[in-house]
Amino acid sequence: MKFTWFHLMPWPHMPDDFRQKHRSVWVDLPNRMYQPELGHIAYHQYLDQLEYAEKVGFDGIGVNEHHANAYGLMPSPNIMAATLTRRTSKAALVVLGNSIALYNPPLRVAEEMAMLDVLSGGRLIAGFPVGTSMDTNYAYGTIPSLTREKYAEAHELIRKAWAADEPFAFNGRYTKLRYVNCWPKPIQNPPPVFIPGGGSVETYDFCLDNTYSYSYLSYSGYLRAKLLMEGYWKRVAERKADESPYRAGFAQVICVADTDEEAERLYGPHVSYFYNRCLHVYPGFADAPGYRTIKTIQTGALSQFAPGTGRDYPSMSWKDLTEGRYIVAGSPETVRQQMEELIKTLRVGNVFCLLHIGDMPDDKVRHSTRLFAEKVMPHLRNLWPDWKNHDDRFWCHPMHEPVPTRIAAE
Amino acid sequence: MLTFKNPPTRIEVVQTGKGRDLLFLHGAGGHMPNDPLIAALATKYRVSAPLLPGYGRSEGEEGLRDMLDVTLHALDVLEKLKLSKPIVVGHSMGGMIAAEMAAIAHTEIEKLCLLAPAGLWLDDHPIADIFAKLPYELPSLLFHDAEAGRRILTAGGGDMGDIEFLKQFLVMNARRLGMAGKLLFPIPDRGLAGRLYRVTARTLIVWGREDVLIPPVYGDAFKKAISKSKLVRIGRAGHAVGQEKPAAVLDAIQDYF
Repeated sequence: MKFTWFHLMPWPHMPDDFRQKHRSVWVDLPNRMYQPELGHIAYHQYLDQLEYAEKVGFDGIGVNEHHANAYGLMPSPNIMAATLTRRTSKAALVVLGNSIALYNPPLRVAEEMAMLDVLSGGRLIAGFPVGTSMDTNYAYGTIPSLTREKYAEAHELIRKAWAADEPFAFNGRYTKLRYVNCWPKPIQNPPPVFIPGGGSVETYDFCLDNTYSYSYLSYSGYLRAKLLMEGYWKRVAERKADESPYRAGFAQVICVADTDEEAERLYGPHVSYFYNRCLHVYPGFADAPGYRTIKTIQTGALSQFAPGTGRDYPSMSWKDLTEGRYIVAGSPETVRQQMEELIKTLRVGNVFCLLHIGDMPDDKVRHSTRLFAEKVMPHLRNLWPDWKNHDDRFWCHPMHEPVPTRIAAE
Repeated sequence: MLTFKNPPTRIEVVQTGKGRDLLFLHGAGGHMPNDPLIAALATKYRVSAPLLPGYGRSEGEEGLRDMLDVTLHALDVLEKLKLSKPIVVGHSMGGMIAAEMAAIAHTEIEKLCLLAPAGLWLDDHPIADIFAKLPYELPSLLFHDAEAGRRILTAGGGDMGDIEFLKQFLVMNARRLGMAGKLLFPIPDRGLAGRLYRVTARTLIVWGREDVLIPPVYGDAFKKAISKSKLVRIGRAGHAVGQEKPAAVLDAIQDYF
């Protein structure tokens, strides 16, 4: 098993009446709410937490990209990852990822990811999300029904740019470059790639075609993720690919305390902040028409619109969230049991652990992180013995003696 | 159905009425159920109303990506319909397409009618973002009398609680607005302002005085940009001016042409 400590970096100062005063945490929330001096503190605290995660033994530390929102304050995940290359030495840097349809030219992504891989000594795990509709369409203006075509072209350009040994011309529909010449080149060529997916059936095949790991990012927990992941594994079997659990990952909100009761007391308010403020997205921004393919609408993604299955986070209590397994929270033993169930039922080799939630203060983040690392993680390490608990295709390959380690030794 | 090889498309055309030829190009919502405007126009004209790929039974939207693709496609449709000097009428997005056709093929289009057309952008008068609207918001965005508009829009019936109906609705909505987005998202401006000088057709511009989607001030901008044009404003009408006041729009067209 590989555990990545993942940070969303939310804005932790949304007021109590946020839901009443604002229709959306994304796209049109006035940025007068953002206070740069407080942002300075939050960024450094968040980066310290990622560095702490490496110290206590997480395999990877993760960042991602979002725009025009208070849910996640990393318009450029690469800037965050760059700071981490200098202050960490072992953990994989999981950049999940760059929304490649948004860059003009997308060659920029190939270059910056190569920089990160070189800086970190081969610790980059790259991610290529399509991006949420809020980010990609509403905040960055990509035409919804052309997003996927643009994405596919950007992906082709990036992979070719990494692979080439000399300049070449790229005559795409969206990008035309007479001289593609990626300096620097990545140490790992190519770096392993994780693809965040939200149920697009086309994405399953894309991952299988390219030997990328499919990462399902959802906040509704592993019980509801089961159907979607079964669809993925069914497709893996149809394509006669091997069933390495490292072909898949899942993101989970996790809270660990000494006892179940203590978990509710310590983390309840912050979980509530996350589900009620950070996820408060205006439905008109959630899914621009044309963003999802017709095939995806026809298959499964529709369930969220069906009567009676709509997520009603504001009315959900701690009991609802934990018993419904939206979040995995409680004593180390409770968390261990539920994580084992999650890992086995979804058949995932990667878990993206969300241990900072909402407006959680630093001491609680570290408490929960340390308990997970010390009392939960060791018991979950060997759940895939048939695969020797590692799959070279889906993890990074660091240099044997990267420079920061040498300097530390001197 | 009309079939085209380049780009591969199959086009559904509603043909109704008798009289002089009139080509009608619909807006981003497509034809409304029992479309009141088409019905009114058919009392005096032979109406040909093709559906853009992505709408109704028309297919091949993958091959139409931008304004030029759509404009040339619409000119191909016009040619294949073999109409005789038709009045080219377009509503909203259809008006944008009609204006582009008249700018690009100005020797072929002599009579042009733009009903609250899209295609221009004035910074001081931003157009509402239809792509961020929820279905229940549409009647008041499109009609002055929202309740009457709601009845027109839902005349087709259907139960949003029924999962199959809902699925069909979402597919239809994604196809239609997915196509419309290629011309209108995120801002409905594809450079038409720079090409309107080429329009030599006699042009009738019609605007609902209560249009809250594309404010009536845009009517003045179109009038200013097209040399042989007249602007008619219709009271107690919103953006769907033709569906809300079909008789008044028909009168205006008959008067002018």
